[in-house]
Amino acid sequence: MKTNIFLLTSVSTLFISTLGVSTGVSAGELSGNISLEGRYFNSDGAFPDQQKNGGISLSLQPEYKHKWDNDHSQFTFSPFYRWDNQDKERTHADIRQLDIVSSKGDWEFQAGIGKVYWGVTESQHLVDIINQTDAIEGADGEDKLGQPLFRVSHLSENGSLDLFVLPYFRERTFAGSKGRFRTPLVIDTDKPTFESSKKEKHIDYAVRWSETVDELDIGVHYFNGTSRAPIFNPIIKNGIAVGLQPHYPLIDQIGIDLQYTGEETIWKFEGISRNYTRQSGLKDYTASVVGFEHSLPLLSDSGLEMTLLGEYHHDSRGEVASAPFQNDVFVGSRLSFNDTESTELLAGAFVDLDNSSKSLRVEASRRIGKGLKLNIEAQVFMDIDKTDPLKIFEKDDYLQLELQKYF
Amino acid sequence: MLIKKTLLISMLTAITLLSTNVMAESPQQKGLRISKLADAKDNGFSDFTANMVMTLKNRAGKTSRRIIRIKTLEGKGDGDKSLSLFDQPQDVKGTAMLTFSHGLKADDQWLYLPALKRVKRINSRNKSGPFMGSEFAFEDLGSQEVEKFKYKFLRTEKCANGWTCNVIERTPAYKYSGYSKQQVWLDTKEYRPVKVMFYDRKNSLMKTLQSTGFKQYLGRYWRPTTMSMVNHQTGKSTILQWTNYKFKTGLTARDFNKKALAR
Repeated sequence: MKTNIFLLTSVSTLFISTLGVSTGVSAGELSGNISLEGRYFNSDGAFPDQQKNGGISLSLQPEYKHKWDNDHSQFTFSPFYRWDNQDKERTHADIRQLDIVSSKGDWEFQAGIGKVYWGVTESQHLVDIINQTDAIEGADGEDKLGQPLFRVSHLSENGSLDLFVLPYFRERTFAGSKGRFRTPLVIDTDKPTFESSKKEKHIDYAVRWSETVDELDIGVHYFNGTSRAPIFNPIIKNGIAVGLQPHYPLIDQIGIDLQYTGEETIWKFEGISRNYTRQSGLKDYTASVVGFEHSLPLLSDSGLEMTLLGEYHHDSRGEVASAPFQNDVFVGSRLSFNDTESTELLAGAFVDLDNSSKSLRVEASRRIGKGLKLNIEAQVFMDIDKTDPLKIFEKDDYLQLELQKYF
Repeated sequence: MLIKKTLLISMLTAITLLSTNVMAESPQQKGLRISKLADAKDNGFSDFTANMVMTLKNRAGKTSRRIIRIKTLEGKGDGDKSLSLFDQPQDVKGTAMLTFSHGLKADDQWLYLPALKRVKRINSRNKSGPFMGSEFAFEDLGSQEVEKFKYKFLRTEKCANGWTCNVIERTPAYKYSGYSKQQVWLDTKEYRPVKVMFYDRKNSLMKTLQSTGFKQYLGRYWRPTTMSMVNHQTGKSTILQWTNYKFKTGLTARDFNKKALAR
């Protein structure tokens, strides 16, 4: 929470001044959602203290949006809060967004706390580096913490060039001792260490160029700054390891994302090459995901739509804790019912080609009544090899129901 | 002399060809000609914005509502560009769709998912699928470029509002359509599409679209206030109510790119 207050004060001055000079003001809009989540684990946790059968959790994410200048400028404020009855680390707050975006001709500016998404693949998000993962929110890594940023974008006939200055680093969230999806030793998020002497105040930079050429969408990026993914050092007390301390090294990264959108089949590629400093002693690596998304003809008159997904993951580090997908395949299928309730179902499996460890995942959603949505999520780990990084989650098979009320 | 004679013959041939052309215009030629005229009638609108309220009604009469804002930029030498911004249902608020329509070539389409802040390019394989659970398919709502169909004039007859309509049959020339054909009623004076009947791939009548409350904007461009689509096979229907039409608002290509989706 300390972090958030810092962020709030540092950007609020900017907003007040910008809002003050705005003309053609229209009324702002408030929307958002409140969610009740229940999780059930069918086995006891693998480690002491872990919650037994699951628990309940409440979250709230309102969003206030104000647009002016013919929608060319907008102010957004979206805080987030979650309360969890089991894991006190999962009870947390964040400012997901508090920014101004303004476009003038070929230029676009963004300042504040925001979220940026890069990438094309479905089962892993390799090139998506601007925001820190709010890892305690969900197992898929798609929940992100708000990132303080300044962005300038220039649009031309040769695509879009985005320059980012990221003045403050956000630490990754991790489960506490009672939480599921954790390491055997609890990660102590209160004592992170940094390679940079400026710690979280190290200024990161990023550049991205993206362009569409007919069926091809291309993105190339360069990032220089603190790695969003930490490495872990044991915390030793009286000769015994009692916990893990996250350490955030400095990195240089180039990455590319490509998508070729064929009429029936979409082809995707994401690749990164990450370099550490010589002092860090860490080994540089490359990682990539290549895959496809194939649309089948409609399965019924009512418009039932089926898409087949396949993605292959490679990581040059091999089978290490930080790289669970070093030689793995994801296969899955998405069913869109195209009904009034927008019913959708996604089922997929990760298979490790080296040791045949498997993890099955199902996600389903459906609108019910007015402003309500039901989300179902389940994951099962099977035949997990004892050398596989996923071994620590073996007892974390779960079923999750979430009811969201939108307003 | 010889030159003169040749000239005379060629002139005569040309005149003969021209007159047969007009006199014996085939139904296909006539259908295409009328459709081109209808398209030309709408030329030069530059851009427009409008609000759309979509009311879905199932067989039991239960209704649900979608609210979408539309921005369209007229294409020059290519199809139109359009941006659809979803306001309701609440759970899809902020979702946006960007479409670059083309003639026979598949449209380019990007979807913006606000929760992830992700822009996702999607393919057009299933354009015959329902748009947001409604009786409108994606292909019904896309820009109706002339090249997308083959035409055949059927007849002239009385239609709604005491108008006279040309009835034209059009067959989708693009891939993956859900229709074998459509019949379009265009009024003879202003080329307003009063009615469209859709036939499924098995050639049986599937849906009827009726447009009413036509209003003229900038003294030239006609737009309906209400579009009612009835599915004869399922008994379900969808009504589109258009409001707040504005033409020539000054939109440019910069308002129709991947970045604009997030705004």
